Amino acid sequence: MNLTLLIIAPLITAVTMLLMRNAQQVKWTSLVGSAIQLVLAFALLFVFQNERSAGNTEQMLFQQNYTWFSAWNIHFHVGVDGISVAMILLTAFVVIAGVLVSWNVQKMVKEFYLMLILLSIGAYGFFLSLDLFLLFFFLEIAVLPKFLLIGIWGSGEKEYSANKLALMLMGGSALVLVGLLGVYFAGSERTFDLLKLSRLPIPQETQRLLFPLLFAGFGVFTALFPFHTWVPDGHSSAPTAGSMFLAGISMKLGGYGCLRVATYILPEGAKEYSTIIIALAAIAILYGAFATMMQKDLKYINAYSSVSHCGFVLLGIGMLTKTAITGAVIQMVSHGLMTALFFAVIGMIYDRTHTRSVKKLGGLLKVMPFITTIFFIVGLCSLGLPGFSGFVAEMTVFMGSWERPEIPYRVATIAACMSIVVTAVYILRAIGQTAMGPVTEERYMTLKDASWNEKLAAVILITGIVVIGVAPFWLNDLVAPGAHHIIEKISQLNN
Amino acid sequence: MPNVIILVLIPFLPLASFLILGLFGKSIFRNTSGLAGTLSLFVSFLLSIYTSFGYFFEYGKANGIYQKLVPLKLSWLEFSNGLSIDMGIILDPISVMMIMVVTFISLMVHIYSLTYMKGEERFSTYYSYLSLFTFSMLGLVLSSNIFQIYIFWELVGVSSFLLIGFYYNKPSAVAASKKAFIVTRFADLGFLIGILVLSFYSGTLDFNTLIQRLTSPGSGELKTAVTTSFLGISALNWGLALVFMGGAGKSALFPLHIWLPDAMEGPTPVSALIHAATMVVAGVYLVARLFPVLALSAPEVLELITLVGVITALIAALIACTQTDIKRVLAYSTMSQIGFMMFALGVSGYGGSNGIGFTASMFHLFTHALFKALLFLGAGSVIHYVHSNEMKDMGGLKKHLPITHITFLIACLAIAGVPPFSGFFSKEGILLAAYEHNPAVFWLALATSGLTAYYMFRLYFRIFWYKASQQHKHHGEGGFAMMLPLILLAVGAAVAGFIPFGRFVSSDGSLLTLPFHWLFSIAPVTLGLLGIFSAMVLFKKENGKADQISSFMSRVYKLVYHKFYVDEIYLFITRKVLFSMVGRPAAWIDRNIIDGLVNLSGATTKAVSERIKVIQSGKVQHYGLYFLFGVIGLGVLLIYVIKF
Repeated sequence: MNLTLLIIAPLITAVTMLLMRNAQQVKWTSLVGSAIQLVLAFALLFVFQNERSAGNTEQMLFQQNYTWFSAWNIHFHVGVDGISVAMILLTAFVVIAGVLVSWNVQKMVKEFYLMLILLSIGAYGFFLSLDLFLLFFFLEIAVLPKFLLIGIWGSGEKEYSANKLALMLMGGSALVLVGLLGVYFAGSERTFDLLKLSRLPIPQETQRLLFPLLFAGFGVFTALFPFHTWVPDGHSSAPTAGSMFLAGISMKLGGYGCLRVATYILPEGAKEYSTIIIALAAIAILYGAFATMMQKDLKYINAYSSVSHCGFVLLGIGMLTKTAITGAVIQMVSHGLMTALFFAVIGMIYDRTHTRSVKKLGGLLKVMPFITTIFFIVGLCSLGLPGFSGFVAEMTVFMGSWERPEIPYRVATIAACMSIVVTAVYILRAIGQTAMGPVTEERYMTLKDASWNEKLAAVILITGIVVIGVAPFWLNDLVAPGAHHIIEKISQLNN
Repeated sequence: MPNVIILVLIPFLPLASFLILGLFGKSIFRNTSGLAGTLSLFVSFLLSIYTSFGYFFEYGKANGIYQKLVPLKLSWLEFSNGLSIDMGIILDPISVMMIMVVTFISLMVHIYSLTYMKGEERFSTYYSYLSLFTFSMLGLVLSSNIFQIYIFWELVGVSSFLLIGFYYNKPSAVAASKKAFIVTRFADLGFLIGILVLSFYSGTLDFNTLIQRLTSPGSGELKTAVTTSFLGISALNWGLALVFMGGAGKSALFPLHIWLPDAMEGPTPVSALIHAATMVVAGVYLVARLFPVLALSAPEVLELITLVGVITALIAALIACTQTDIKRVLAYSTMSQIGFMMFALGVSGYGGSNGIGFTASMFHLFTHALFKALLFLGAGSVIHYVHSNEMKDMGGLKKHLPITHITFLIACLAIAGVPPFSGFFSKEGILLAAYEHNPAVFWLALATSGLTAYYMFRLYFRIFWYKASQQHKHHGEGGFAMMLPLILLAVGAAVAGFIPFGRFVSSDGSLLTLPFHWLFSIAPVTLGLLGIFSAMVLFKKENGKADQISSFMSRVYKLVYHKFYVDEIYLFITRKVLFSMVGRPAAWIDRNIIDGLVNLSGATTKAVSERIKVIQSGKVQHYGLYFLFGVIGLGVLLIYVIKF
C-alpha cells in the first residue's frame, strides 16, 4: 500500500475545502474526507495484517524512501509497523468523530475545519515518518493548528491558554530538535534515518546526554510530570473538537515519540533513566488522580484524568519490558478513543446546559438519556471496567510492569495500581453528581437529547472502545512485534 | 462429555437479553421486556439443570472422584511473558452448584419483579441490568482463569452499582451505589495485586495449573513463593491474603462491609439476588476455588480467613439485633451468615473427612441462598404492602399477608437452625467443623447462632405480630408472580437440608458424608430456641420491654446501633485524610506551585524583554552609539586581551 495516500488524502480534502463556498459544503467535504481517512486506515490495517500473515516479518512494511534534501541527507522516508498502524487507526477514529461533533460550529467554519484537517495531516505524517527530520516537520505541523483552535474558537481565558500551550509545546519541540541534532551528529554517519540510527553505535555518554532531551521534549506533549500544566488550561479553553484532537491525537504524538525516537534510538539512555521515568509516571498517575478528585469543572476533570492516564503510557515505556510497552501503546489507543469521547460528551452537555460545573448539573439521565448513557460508558471505561479498552490497556501495563522485580519498579507498579480506586472515586463523583440525582434546574427539563451527528460520533468511538475491550487479542498481536523491535537492543544489553 | 454449546449458552442467553433489552428495550419491548428477560433466563436455568445432572451423574466422575473439567478455553490476551488471560469454562462441583444457585435465584427474582417493578418507568432497563448481572455472575463462577474471574468480578460489581442506583433520582441511592462500588474497588485493588503476585511466582494464570504448581510439594514455583518474603511474610501468603482481600470486599466481611447495608437502597428483588444470594458469596466462592492452595500451602492465610469470618459473623449479628429498617436487619444477617461460610472454610482441612468445613461451607452457601432470597422477597412483599422499610410502620400483618407470613416463617426457622429446616443441617456441619479444629471459634459461632435466632424472630414478630392490625390497605398480596417465587423458595428452604451434600461437593472431589450427632445438636438448637423465645417475649405483643432493655444498656446499645462507628471512621479517613490532606493539596500544588513555576518563567521572560526592548529604540543616534561602543570594545579585546 502506498503510505503517502494517508497524507495526500487529507491534503486533497483541505484543498477541496478551500474551494467550497458555504459552510454546509465545507462540513460535508470534511466529513467525506475523514471518512476516506477511516477507510484508508482500515485498508492499511487489512493489508498490513495480510502481509504479516503471509510471513513478512520485516520490521517496517510498505517503506518509501525519497531524497528530500541531499546536502543534509534528509529523506522522505515512510513505513509502518504495528505500533504506527494502531496509532493511525486511532487518528482516523478521532478525526471523524471530531468532525462530526463540530457540526454546529458557527464562527469561521471553513477555517475551523481546515485546522482540524491540517492537524490530522501532521499526525499521520508523524506516525508514518521514519526520518527524524520529517518526523519533526510533521510534529510542528500538528502544533500550530492547536494554537489557533484554542485562540480563535476557544472559550474562557483562551489567549492565556493558547499561549501557554503553544509555548510549552514549542519548548518541548525545541528540546526534541536539539536532541535530534545531537543524534544526527553523534553517529558515525550523518543521517536522520530512524532505522539506520537504531543500528549505529552511539556512545553511552552521548546517549546519557541526549536521552533526557528527547524524552522530556516528547514528554511535554504527553503530559510528563511536571510539564503537564498546559493540559488542564489548554483543554478547558479549547473547543470540543480541539480538546478531542488535543487529548486524543496530540498527546499521543508525545508518547509515540518517547517510544519510537528516544527509547528506540538511545536504548542505553533509556536504561539509565528508567527509574526516573517510572517515578515521574507513577507520580503523574496518582497525583493526577488525586488532583482530579478535587476538580469541579467537567473539562478539568477529564484533563487531569488524562494526566493520570497518560502516566500509564510513560510507566509502560519506562518499564522497558515488551509486555509493558505493548500495554503503553494499547493505552495510547485506548485513552485516545476514550478521552475523545469524554470531551465529546462534555461538549454535548455544555452545548445544552451552558455549564460544565459539576455542582450545577444533576439528574441529566432523566433529561437526555442517550448522552448520559455515553457519559456512563466513557466513565466506566475511564475507571477501567472490563469490556472496555481501558481495562485491557491498564492490565497489560500492570502485567508487564510486574515483570520487573526490583524494588523501585514494584513500588511504582503498586502506586499505579492504587489509581484504580482513586479513578473510581472521581469518575463516580462526576457521574453521580451530573447524571444521577434529582434534576437541579428547571430549564434542563426541556433540553434535547443527542442529534444524529453526535450520536454517530459517539457510536464510532464506542465501537472502537468496545472492540478493543471485548476482543483485545488482535491489537495485542498487532502491537507486540513492534514493541519487540523497540526493546530488542535493551534486552541485549541486559544479557 | 459436556456439550460446549450448551455451556456457553448458559451465560450468553442473559448476555443476549442484556444487549437486546438495553438497546431496544424501550422502543420495541416496553412492557414485555420482563417476560423476554425471564424467558431467556428460564432457558438458561433449564440448561444449568441439564448440565448439573450430566456433571454429577454422568461424566463428572473419574475413579469415584469429581474432576475439574475445562471443556472450553480460548486465549483472550496473551502477554509476551508467557502469561495468558483465557476465557474458559471450568466444571467442578462448586461451579456446577453455583450455576444452579445463580440461575434459580435469578429466575425467581425475574418472575417476582414482573409484578414488583410493574409500572416502573425504566422497566426494561431494570431487566437489562438484571440480565447483565446474571451474565457476569455466571461468567464469574465458570471462570477457569484467575484473571477471567477478576474480569467478571468487576462486571458483577458494576451491575451491582447500576442496580443499587436504579432509583437514580434519590440521592441516598446514588450515594449508596457509589459507596458500594468504591469500597469493593478498594478491595479489588488487593485482589489485583494478589493476582500479580501469584502469577509472578506460579508463572500461570490458569486455575488448575496454578493450584497444581502451588500445592505439589516439590515444585520450584512453590519453593520460591514460600522462600521469598517481604516484611517477614512469604510471597505466597501475601498473594493469597491480597486475593482474599478482594473476596472480603465483595463478601462484605469486616472491616470492608460498610457498603452492604447501604446497598439496600436498591430495589428489594435486587437485594435478594445480588446482595443476599449470589454476588456477596463470590468471596466465599473465590476462597473455595483457591482452597487447595490455602489448605495445603498457606495455613496462615486460612487462619486469617477464620478470624475475619468469625469476627464478621459476631459483629454483624450484634448489629442486626438493633436495626429498625427490615432490609438492613437482613443485610447484617447476610453478613453474619457469610462470616459463617468463611470461617467454615478457614477451619477446614483438605481431603477426605478433614474437609467437613469445606463441604459445610458450600452447603450453607446453598441453603443460605434459598432462605435469604426468600427473606428478602418476603420483605419485598411486606414493603410493597406498607410502602415503608421501617419496623414502626409494620405489625400485625399476618392476617393481611398470609402467604408471605408462612413463607417468611419457614425462612426464619431455616436461618435460626431449627430442625428439620435446611439451615439446621448446614449450620450443624459448620459448628462441627469449628468444634473439631478450633474451640474458640466454635464458642463464638455458637453464641452467634443464638443471636441469629433472636434477631430473625425479632423481625418476624415485629412484622407479623406485635400491634393489633394496622389500618386496612386496599390491595392484598402481590399476586401470582410474587407468590410463586415465595412458595418455591419456601419449599427449597424447608427441604434442602436433606440433600446429601457431601456426595456432591467436597474439598477434593471424593465422597463425604457430613457427620451428624444428635447430642452435638442439642446446644445450638437449645440456644436457637432460646433466642426465638426471647424474641417472642419481647416482640409478640406491643410492650415496652424491649425499650426498657435498650435504655438499660443505653451506652452499649448506642454503640451497636451505630454499627460500632465503623462508617464514621471511614468517613473520617476519606473526608479528612484523603480529600483534605491528599486531594486538596495535590490540586493546590498543581495550580500554584507547578503551574506557578510555568507562569513565573513566562513572566520572567516577559519582564526581561520589557527591560531590554528599550535598546531597540529605533533612533539612529542610539545605534550609532552602540556601534561606537562595539568598535571600541572589540578593539580593546583584540589588542589587549587576545593580543592579535
